[in-house]
Amino acid sequence: MVADTAHPDLDSAGSPSPALQVRAWIARRTEAVAIPLGAVATGFALFSLFLIALGKSPAGFLDLIYRGGFGSPFALQNSLQRAAPLLFAALCVALPARLGLVVIGGEGAIVLGGVAAAAIAPALAGLPPVLGIPAMALCAALAGAAWIGAVGALRAYRGVNETIASLLMSYIAIALSNHLIEGLLRDPSSLNKPSTRAIAEAFRVGPMPGMKVHWGLGFGVLACVAAWVLTERTTLGFAARIAGGNVRAAQIQGLPVGRLIVGFTALGGALAALAGFFEVTAVHGNANASLVAGYGYTGILVAFLARQNPLAIVPVAFLLGGIEASGGLIQRRMQLPDATVLVLEGLLFVLVLMSETLYGRYKVFSPHLWTRTRAAAPVMAVAS
Amino acid sequence: MVPFPQSVREVVPWSAVEPQSVAAEAPPAGALAVETIGMTKRFGSFAALDDVSMKIEAGGFHALLGENGAGKSTFVKCIMGFYAPSAGSVLVGGREVAITNPKGAQSRGLGMVYQHFTLVPSLTGAENLVIARSHVPAVIDWASERVALDAFMGRMPFRLNLDRPVAELAAGEKQKLEIVKQLYLKARFLILDEPTSVLTPAEAAEVLGLLRAMADRGDLTVLMISHKFREVEAFARSVSVLRRGRLAGGGRVGELSRDDMAAMMMGARPVRTVAGRSAMPAPARAVLRIADLKATDASGLRPIAVNDLAVHAGEIVGIAGVSGNGQKELADVLGGQIRATGGSVIVGDQIYGGRRAQSRALKVRFIPEEPLRNACAPRMSVAENLAFRAFDRRGDDPARPPTFWLDTGAMSRRAKDLIARFKVKTASSEAPIATLSGGNVQRVVLARELTDPVDLLVVANPCFGLDFSAVAEIRARIVAARNAGAAVLLISEDLDEILELSDRIVVMSDGRIVYAVPAAEADAQVIGRHMAGHHAPSATA
Repeated sequence: MVADTAHPDLDSAGSPSPALQVRAWIARRTEAVAIPLGAVATGFALFSLFLIALGKSPAGFLDLIYRGGFGSPFALQNSLQRAAPLLFAALCVALPARLGLVVIGGEGAIVLGGVAAAAIAPALAGLPPVLGIPAMALCAALAGAAWIGAVGALRAYRGVNETIASLLMSYIAIALSNHLIEGLLRDPSSLNKPSTRAIAEAFRVGPMPGMKVHWGLGFGVLACVAAWVLTERTTLGFAARIAGGNVRAAQIQGLPVGRLIVGFTALGGALAALAGFFEVTAVHGNANASLVAGYGYTGILVAFLARQNPLAIVPVAFLLGGIEASGGLIQRRMQLPDATVLVLEGLLFVLVLMSETLYGRYKVFSPHLWTRTRAAAPVMAVAS
Repeated sequence: MVPFPQSVREVVPWSAVEPQSVAAEAPPAGALAVETIGMTKRFGSFAALDDVSMKIEAGGFHALLGENGAGKSTFVKCIMGFYAPSAGSVLVGGREVAITNPKGAQSRGLGMVYQHFTLVPSLTGAENLVIARSHVPAVIDWASERVALDAFMGRMPFRLNLDRPVAELAAGEKQKLEIVKQLYLKARFLILDEPTSVLTPAEAAEVLGLLRAMADRGDLTVLMISHKFREVEAFARSVSVLRRGRLAGGGRVGELSRDDMAAMMMGARPVRTVAGRSAMPAPARAVLRIADLKATDASGLRPIAVNDLAVHAGEIVGIAGVSGNGQKELADVLGGQIRATGGSVIVGDQIYGGRRAQSRALKVRFIPEEPLRNACAPRMSVAENLAFRAFDRRGDDPARPPTFWLDTGAMSRRAKDLIARFKVKTASSEAPIATLSGGNVQRVVLARELTDPVDLLVVANPCFGLDFSAVAEIRARIVAARNAGAAVLLISEDLDEILELSDRIVVMSDGRIVYAVPAAEADAQVIGRHMAGHHAPSATA
């Protein structure tokens, strides 16, 4: 015990009181929230300078974001509608991130998933909706899983950089989808905007009870919770974290690193494809060029802002969905170009990436500081 | 000659010394003599180099022998200006000089060829030579450079095609180009750091033979770091031996026998034994059997061929060898990071493939070298790192399938128990493992791998870079595992560690097992001779 008081830093046997442990836990968790929030605040501050340079009012801009994204029931529904695909798209980034992979090709999986759902729909015409809709979803998920899973396989077995591969595969997926929509799958009656045949009314996914937002939001939140359970509470998720933390250590432990990589990338691709499935069956009613709406890329921003934590993706996707929903209002009221919101998102992304270097730099977040008792603190000060 | 006082040497900027010394030596031609007087280099309280005085005559071909960590690299780095020596001085051409950086060494005619290639792979040989000069014009006139290069190559004994990209050259050609580069930079004293480790024996003989001829003509002085007696005897004219930072001896090649050199390298070495070593049960079963194993590392440069190696229960087999002779590749094959191209590894009665279920069923554990780099995830917590082996285990029966749900409560309790039992010093079980000291990281790995019964333990350089007390404790734990009946394969570059811990000692050289001896009959000098590539006592180079 004498040694313990002299070196509280090295104390391992005598643990601090529960109250102090709670404080330490809060301090550690606060860091994970405070630093991204700080990055977002800095991003808005820099964007304000950009607006002032254009002669526009930052306060007016924030007000419009609030009114366009969150201020009315209509605005809220609009934001949630946009948040739904972002949830799935962000999971396509966050799940491979557990293995230390940066996958940015979710856009391709979304588009491919949407086209796959639209393509299979006519074949399922005779089925009752309760079977037909899940069958469409499964078909979309398989297409996305194969696409992003292939990126994982290239990484695991051929050492191909997954970031570049997923981006290029995304371009191929979009080109392939356009080819199918304008050729094989085209509805001859869609003249100005090539589309696939409309999905039968019975197979359309409706709104959730009491809302105008479709079921994609509910399933998206569910997918985030399930992804969190998978990564944090199962041995598969833990194995993936070991492989992401140090692939050599995982190999020495005999973990199937290749299969983990393929499995997690395929799961991410399947989820992203579900976003396309919901866009087709709940929003557009058929697959067309509107599927390429950039949800896959905004999803990357969501995942990084959420620090790849599946639960944190939910509020972040809502926030980003709101910012995107207010784009039209901002364009009309402030006479700013459509790309203004993209500038804001780009700024936020750069700042979030920069903020990654700040973790562990601030003493106020150190659990150490908070587990020390008042009596021990002066001793420490002398000792150090 | 009185050495410069340290403080004066440190404050004289070499640029101030530079012009007149270059002017005095111009035009540079012919071999340079280099001498060191009382060269000492301390890192903290540790003397990596202690009062080494060595004279290498102009036109000499001098070999520097010694074990890993004997101070050979430190010595040449002090000459080349990478390190500022703590004391002592360097004489170049009989004149004392202050060399404070590698450029200063280059301008005085000293050059060094490193163990690893320093050429730009995508550029041609000619481009590599020209850009290596210290003053390259902003716009290079390639036509006139080519004329100058052709004239230069005409004076060189080495035949090289300078128009091919370096990436397309064989290892021997790259090595020649490295040497030619130094000569092109007007090196008249050339240091070679284990020049033949990347070459085939035929390439090595050609390169060293050409250099020896240049030295005999008086064009060049060569100082070669080597581990191989055969090369030293075939090409060097004189030799110095370092041991633990001190000059252990030396002389003219031909007057020294291989036994003399081995004795200088190894010194008198009392074999310390760890207390508590129990006697081996007489007819122990073989736990690990390696037969006709063939494999190669990713670069394909270091093939290994292990014909027959067995480790029995209750026995520590130590694999000794100079770094880079296939021990790492052997460990990687066993650990599943390299796939064998032939032969078999049998653990118990099964062909071993390194899968998790199999290593769990057979109770195989690995403790790789550099634990933070190879056995831990640095940003994960101590508790998580402690759970790597058993997080998915269902009960004690290895045949049952792994669990699906992660029991974080059990992980945390187990972590606290192991931290207390293995005396790991950490702020908490939730601290990232990268915040721990090297000895404590190794304690975490030992706690993880040695808590349940072990049948086969593969350990590589377990004490590298650790302090004295951690070393004693970690070695005691390895011996305790052996006493409990584990078969232990200990791969170490530290011969003292091998001698202290092993029941049987095996020497690897050039990817093969070249010598095996029971520890009780082991003679450090015989082992040292085999490590240096001299296997048959009667054979002569």
